[in-house]
Amino acid sequence: MINRASYFFFTLFLLCTSLMAQAQQQNTETGPINEMLRSNGKIYVVVTVLVIIFIFIILYLVRLDRKISKLEHQQQSKP
Amino acid sequence: MISDKTCRFAPNIDDKKMAKHWWKALAVLLLLFTLIAGFLVKIPAIENNEQSTRNLFFHVPMWISMYTLFTISVVNSVLYLTKYDLKKDILASSAANVGVLFGVMGFTTGSVWATYTWGSTLTNDPKQIATAVALLIYMAYLVLRLSIHDIDKRARVSAIYNIFAFAMLIPLTYIIPRMVDSLHPGSASSPGFRSQDTDGTLMMVFYPAFTGWTLLGVWIYTLRVRYKRLELKNIFK
Repeated sequence: MINRASYFFFTLFLLCTSLMAQAQQQNTETGPINEMLRSNGKIYVVVTVLVIIFIFIILYLVRLDRKISKLEHQQQSKP
Repeated sequence: MISDKTCRFAPNIDDKKMAKHWWKALAVLLLLFTLIAGFLVKIPAIENNEQSTRNLFFHVPMWISMYTLFTISVVNSVLYLTKYDLKKDILASSAANVGVLFGVMGFTTGSVWATYTWGSTLTNDPKQIATAVALLIYMAYLVLRLSIHDIDKRARVSAIYNIFAFAMLIPLTYIIPRMVDSLHPGSASSPGFRSQDTDGTLMMVFYPAFTGWTLLGVWIYTLRVRYKRLELKNIFK
């Protein structure tokens, strides 16, 4: 069973790296989000980092949870 | 043959060992301490980092967790090749899978941090680029596994690939970035954070932080191992 979601995430990551390489050329100085992230001693950078970690872990756990539920369902219907 | 294989995946002492909880509680406590102390502790002024130095407690442990999981993975791949026990293959593949999760988290958080301290999301920093390459090598390991349907063949081929991947990981992410000039602390031209941390407050939070995050990684890894064992038990029945 090949999971489509894993292909999706691989592709997304690959796209992200190339997009970031392009973004390197652009000036990231302006914009309300950039100003917010630079305010208060850049503390919002740390907040963003934690939010990213949280989102990834939750997404991974939700996927694992779904897989286990599917398995339990199969096991119940089998015998 | 079937009965032999079903018994290979039968729940045994390993499963009970994995379900023990005390170290999971320790992981939660350490992470709780990290989250609270990580935001409250007084940090030294390091160049233009300002408050973002606190990322040391969140971004760096991702990599330590990833190294731990990839080490577990390569050890189990070697063990698989000595006895061809499929249990070891499950351990190896699960560790690599969760290791990639932590690697991607480390890379993404590092990119955000780089945007606001180095001025660019993907810099020409050797460590950042080499890490992206190492992560792609490990993603290729997962894709390789998806592409082989025969369980034994998949286990053998991917175990050998995994050893090569680990042999590339260490020079790419650890040795080369330390030999050349890098924006990362701890490389040839820039001192590590430890040298600016005169009263040791950073390290006081950093050690519990990476222990906690690594334990969390191992926790997710054991969940995946338990799930994979159940799944394979079903297939062989």
